[in-house]
Amino acid sequence: MYRRLKKEFPLHAMIFPSFIFALVFSYFPMVGVTIAFQKFVRLKGNGLMGFFNSKWIGLDNFHYIFMMPDTMLAIKNTLIIASLKIIAGLIVPITIALLLNEVRNALIKRGIQTLIYLPHFLSWIILGGILIDILSPETGIVNQIIKSLGFEPIFFLGSNDWFRPVLIISDVWKEFGFSTIVYLAAITSVNPSLYEAAVIDGATRLQQTRHITIPTIFPIVILMMTLSLGNVLNAGFDQIFTLYNATVYETGDILDTLVYRTGIVNAQYSVATAMGLFKSVVSLILISISYWLAYRLSNYRIF
Amino acid sequence: MFHRPSFKYRTFSVFNYVFLIILSLLCLAPMVHVLAISFSTSTAASAGLVKLWPVDATLASYSFILSNSQFVKSFLISIERCILGVSISMFFTILLAYPLSKEMKDFRFRTLYAWYFMFTVLFGGGLIPWYMTIKMLSLDNSIWGLVLPGAVQVFNAVLMLNFFRGLPKELEESAFIDGASHWTTLWRILVPISMPSIATILLFSFVGQWNSWFDGLILMKSPDKYPLATYLQTIIIKPDFNKISMLQAKHMSEISDRTTKAAQIIVGSLPILLVYPFLQRFFVKGIVVGSVKE
Repeated sequence: MYRRLKKEFPLHAMIFPSFIFALVFSYFPMVGVTIAFQKFVRLKGNGLMGFFNSKWIGLDNFHYIFMMPDTMLAIKNTLIIASLKIIAGLIVPITIALLLNEVRNALIKRGIQTLIYLPHFLSWIILGGILIDILSPETGIVNQIIKSLGFEPIFFLGSNDWFRPVLIISDVWKEFGFSTIVYLAAITSVNPSLYEAAVIDGATRLQQTRHITIPTIFPIVILMMTLSLGNVLNAGFDQIFTLYNATVYETGDILDTLVYRTGIVNAQYSVATAMGLFKSVVSLILISISYWLAYRLSNYRIF
Repeated sequence: MFHRPSFKYRTFSVFNYVFLIILSLLCLAPMVHVLAISFSTSTAASAGLVKLWPVDATLASYSFILSNSQFVKSFLISIERCILGVSISMFFTILLAYPLSKEMKDFRFRTLYAWYFMFTVLFGGGLIPWYMTIKMLSLDNSIWGLVLPGAVQVFNAVLMLNFFRGLPKELEESAFIDGASHWTTLWRILVPISMPSIATILLFSFVGQWNSWFDGLILMKSPDKYPLATYLQTIIIKPDFNKISMLQAKHMSEISDRTTKAAQIIVGSLPILLVYPFLQRFFVKGIVVGSVKE
């Protein structure tokens, strides 16, 4: 017993710094959700006690947020934007991966990959700056093209009809290259002898794709679909915060941006924490379900 | 292939090449457009003459932003943040990944610890309690507030531990037989042969640090402490006149000029573009190993 403890001690010691950091920066804020059940006053007490010193008001904050039309709108927008992103984020990369798989020239194939996943590594500040420039109603190049075709210019970032399409398309622009790589890796792992056998049997390329490639990547597609379930409340704070403005709150305000405005801008700490807690709890349930499903369906384990 | 491809397939192939090449160029076009604007004169840019190539090529915008002391200051803060953040986070990640990569029989608490860290990914207190915690620790308005809260990156640790697990067990065992401690085995044997995956995580971590802007925005009281990403957010995305007036009211007209913004976007993404070729080399392996492991 003692020897075993001695043997394992260095391992505990290695984890210790990370353990403390997770305690301070992750678990400590979790204790802080208590203020969602209080009428928080900033002046009462510092440190950990600051989370316990205000007046307890039970579920009043939750009652209040669900009465607010803003919250309902934000929940609706979050669900719509996130779901559309998830769907587009599955269809586009799989299609491109299948098409890219037909490219035989290695140099061109690599070149295309290099270009399409570059935006993944740039932040939404950079991409947002680019989008704001090219979509500008007066000087933006997109509207110049639209005007030269004889149409009226469109104020993409100031129109409730256009804001969501811009979000979805720009999200695909940033992320599809990255996911394409994952699917392409799955496709390349298909045993080549399957294709050889199919060719001998006289299968065309289309038939090979339909009967060999697609069935082989199907499990990964299912896995990705399942795991994305945990994201239906993540509509992409960075992107929306970068691109939105008061005119498009109606179609673009999401839970995360509402929490930011309520908590940081308007300093309504308790109300914002209640909103955040609602989101965290629902997300936790969804992620747990998705991991459980992923485990059952494809034996996926995180660690 | 054994057969000559059919006419139909060859036609498809041609269209496929054309489509994919156009698509990938289209992905790049917005960036090339902004690059072209940054090298053009303001008059050409505001007249809408610039497409994909600079008009009346000039370095004026670049020399202007480099003479802007706040831009340079923020750039340096970002570099400082990257150096501190990446080194601390790498050290923590490696130290965390090694014990967690052990089997249950060698380290009984492994699963317990793994869940302890995994839970921080699955659930969080949300923005406000996090913000209050940082303030209670007096880390706001300091570079440590940007660096320390994200020091433990569970996702990176998972990538790393999966890599450690893929290494042959004999390596460690022979080191233990020779009397090496866990510490020596980790740093002298495992780390040197794990360089490809360490490089992947290092680059991820660098990109993450360079791109972070939100923490700077809410934690820094005065804009002169903003890292570059936060500075760009205030100048390009949401021109905040209260904050800008503190910085450079007299330059405001020039700051908001289109070519200057373009040049700032380009310089702001330059470090990422510089590491991109390396990212690409390691990343495909790293990400595929990490995400699809079966």
